[in-house]
Amino acid sequence: MTIDTPTTTPQDWASDQEVRWCPGCGDYSILKAVQTLMPQLGGTPENTVFVSGIGCAARFPYYMNTYGMHSIHGRAPAIATGLAMARDDLDVWVVGGDGDMLSIGGNHLIHALRRNVNLTILMFNNQIYGLTKGQYSPTSEVGKVTKSTPFGSLDQPFNPMSVALGAEASFVARTHDLDRKHMMEMFRRAREHRGAAFVEVFQNCNVFNDGAFAAITAKGARDDMLIPLVHGQPIRFGAEQEKGVIVDDQGRARIVSVADVGEDAILVHDEARAEPGLAFMLSRLSAGPYEPTPIGVFRAVARPDYGSETNRQLAAAQDKAGPGDLTALLHSRPTWDVD
Amino acid sequence: MADLDQTNEPVELDRVIIRFAGDSGDGMQLTGDRFTSASAVFGNDLSTLPEFPAEIRAPAGTLAGVSAFQVHISDHEITTPGDAPSVLVAMNPAALRSELHQLIVAGTLIVNTDAFEERNLTKAGYRTNPLTDGSLERFTVYEVPMTTLTKDAVAPLGVKPRDAERSKNFFALGLISWMYTRPSAPTLDWIDEKFGSKPQMAAANRAAFAAGHAFGETAELFEHPYSIRPAPHAPGTYTNITGNTALAWGLVAAGQMAKLPIFLGGYPITPASDILHELSKHKNFGIRTLQAEDEIAGIGAALGAAFGGHLAVTTTSGPGIALKSETMGLAVSLELPLVVIDIQRGGPSTGLPTKTEQSDLLQAMYGRHGESPIPIVAAYSPARCFDVAIEAARIALKYRTPVLLLSDGYLANGSEPWLLPQVVDLPDISVDFATETNHIDGDGNPEFWPYLRDPDTLARPWAIPGTPGLEHRIGGIEKADGSGNISYDPANHERMVHLRADKIAGIANDIPPVTVVGDVDDANLLVVGWGSTWGAIDGAVNRCRARGHRVAHAHLVHLNPFPANLGEVLQRYPHVVVPEMNLGQLSRLLRAEFLVDAKSVTKVRGVPFSAGELEAAFLKEMGA
Ligand code: SF4
Repeated sequence: MTIDTPTTTPQDWASDQEVRWCPGCGDYSILKAVQTLMPQLGGTPENTVFVSGIGCAARFPYYMNTYGMHSIHGRAPAIATGLAMARDDLDVWVVGGDGDMLSIGGNHLIHALRRNVNLTILMFNNQIYGLTKGQYSPTSEVGKVTKSTPFGSLDQPFNPMSVALGAEASFVARTHDLDRKHMMEMFRRAREHRGAAFVEVFQNCNVFNDGAFAAITAKGARDDMLIPLVHGQPIRFGAEQEKGVIVDDQGRARIVSVADVGEDAILVHDEARAEPGLAFMLSRLSAGPYEPTPIGVFRAVARPDYGSETNRQLAAAQDKAGPGDLTALLHSRPTWDVD
Repeated sequence: MADLDQTNEPVELDRVIIRFAGDSGDGMQLTGDRFTSASAVFGNDLSTLPEFPAEIRAPAGTLAGVSAFQVHISDHEITTPGDAPSVLVAMNPAALRSELHQLIVAGTLIVNTDAFEERNLTKAGYRTNPLTDGSLERFTVYEVPMTTLTKDAVAPLGVKPRDAERSKNFFALGLISWMYTRPSAPTLDWIDEKFGSKPQMAAANRAAFAAGHAFGETAELFEHPYSIRPAPHAPGTYTNITGNTALAWGLVAAGQMAKLPIFLGGYPITPASDILHELSKHKNFGIRTLQAEDEIAGIGAALGAAFGGHLAVTTTSGPGIALKSETMGLAVSLELPLVVIDIQRGGPSTGLPTKTEQSDLLQAMYGRHGESPIPIVAAYSPARCFDVAIEAARIALKYRTPVLLLSDGYLANGSEPWLLPQVVDLPDISVDFATETNHIDGDGNPEFWPYLRDPDTLARPWAIPGTPGLEHRIGGIEKADGSGNISYDPANHERMVHLRADKIAGIANDIPPVTVVGDVDDANLLVVGWGSTWGAIDGAVNRCRARGHRVAHAHLVHLNPFPANLGEVLQRYPHVVVPEMNLGQLSRLLRAEFLVDAKSVTKVRGVPFSAGELEAAFLKEMGA
């Protein structure tokens, strides 16, 4: 829920540290979106923690006037898992890039998602390694020519939405760095989701992979190339909403002309479907940021979160056995007395 | 053999070492454990050495599948599971073949004759039957058809023959319990409790135990039972405890004494998993446990919880330490409390995963990137794992540092009687979180500097999320001394490296001096040990001294930093030897640190030193 009278201002959420991303980097607009959003969410800087790994995106915590930890490459979801389990009163965010979260930290990401740890996870996807100066990443397209792949990369890229959905994530969304309003809406939804919320942000690295998303996120391209997913609404796009998504009789999601199939045939988006198959199909609609690509909330389902469940077990144990009694524990195995 | 004129009055012994050996599926660990428990409750002093293969069920009947449990019980204080057993219970030919060399000459051998059929003999590599070929002449052999007798005993209960056979370890337990006049009640009570939900199995095990007991009494095979009086223990309440349980309870106690909730992040690994299991049971203490996706996540989650103000712990063995070392480096840099527990096993790599070794000392000391000193403490007996866990937590909390606690497979699974401490006697290890700003910025405004240190301990303030006004960011990048902001300044980095080193070195003033046991004034030889070699060294030193040699013993609990007086102690003695279950890791540290000619005595066979082995080594060192 967005609060009516914020008690903090965006400045309250900005630290005094100089922001050191390259001029023109997409990270700036993401930071701005988060700092602008925070007062509207009604939290406090002292109860908010940003945890990150390593990479350009991972510098994010230094720029937020909250508690923060800039940790180890890939490990942020694991570290944040412990923090969120220990302290379910906190609002814990995890920020990282595609290399951080899908390569070295892929294991931690998928397990944080499946456990449904109460985390808001923002993955800035620029399809490149920025901080190490331009190697291909696990989301780079096949054939990517970089310093480490002078003859083109051979690796099939990850589709982050598919990975998250396959990892049993309860909240999965995508946005991009050129639309602050949409970013703020996705971040707000993610933060309000109890459990692990995963948001992929298409982010331009203007130094090492400039224009990676331009074909779909540039102002003039968006109408035809971004497919907004809106809960309860038919999935339509195009300047005249003339295109839409159907599930064909082979069970595949396909882009069609609305005029050809009729409005009633268009798939109505249901982010709350318990079964993730349809969301997964939507994630496969686009092979990369050069085809019409869905953005918005793919999936948002209620599932008990890990920290709350942990605390439930603790409370149940105390109800049953009473609060821990060390003397009783020490005497809990067979004992004998010596006089 | 049986002297029918003799009464069945027990003959008194001052001690006995019994080794139970069988196939992994024969339940020898349980048999040894129950015998131990009954002896503990009876009041003997005791020490145990469980040994089992890495495979859960190695091929039945093979040498690889032999599982053994040695227990030493006595009417006086003992510190080791004994040099060599005087009684060997062999449940099959493989157990006999693999364990017989341990048995003392003229020792007692009790065999399950039913298992000595051709197939099993072949699997064990016997060409002829050792029971008939005269090869066991040097021993007193008791041939007992345990499987048949067990089946007969449980048949009236309607137990299927295959299931019936599984109770034969209780027959063996009953027989040995009779032989050494152990009380039956603890075992029978345990059976009822353990198999309460399976009444038929409980009844079968009781029947097998009773049959074994009765066999001893009536078979006229044995001359008489033996008894071993209770040992003169200090007054108080005792329990028999393994190192891993004591360590887990020490962590529970540390949480109570620190007034902090415990968070354990771990990943299953032998021989450390029992600590995760034990702590997972005690949720009513507010203990959170996470079986993480890997070793790295286990320590990562723990570090996250430490940032949140919990007493954070991660448990593993050597290979897991290697995986966690990057995060330990971060913990050094973040200066957050974290207890890292390494239950050492034979290495490198998977090595001997169920066997003991002390070969991670140098990894604990140096196995990280950068200059990243970490305090190290080591437990030296199963029960002492309790105190050492509290000590590790104390240092971690007070100095805001990761601490490595070294135990090993022998301590983890071995057990001994433990005089239960009074909770009121446990140390208060609580620390305060920062609640106030601690610095004034250039404009005269109060601010919080996360790296402004306590001048005495050099510890930084621990400000946990949720504290208004103290919001701060920490990370792995070098921090400016004081403010904690990112700093790439060379002079600052050098200062921070020294500050972190000085903080750890300063702990030497906050730990007890090392004490020398034995011939303090004019000993010729000082034996320096650490960890689980304590019992064997103690035994060997006592034997040397009983033979008139001037030998003293110093045992280190704190390995980094060393006790402040260690250098001076080492200089006092003409000869210094360091027995270790590695290739000389502590001796290397002592030589480097103190320029003493510390001689190394090593053993890396997966089993502890015996006191006899060390006695011989010490005598040799003294030229005696
Ligand atoms: S390298 Fe790329 S991602 Fe990194 S700061 Fe520069 S523009 Fe941004």
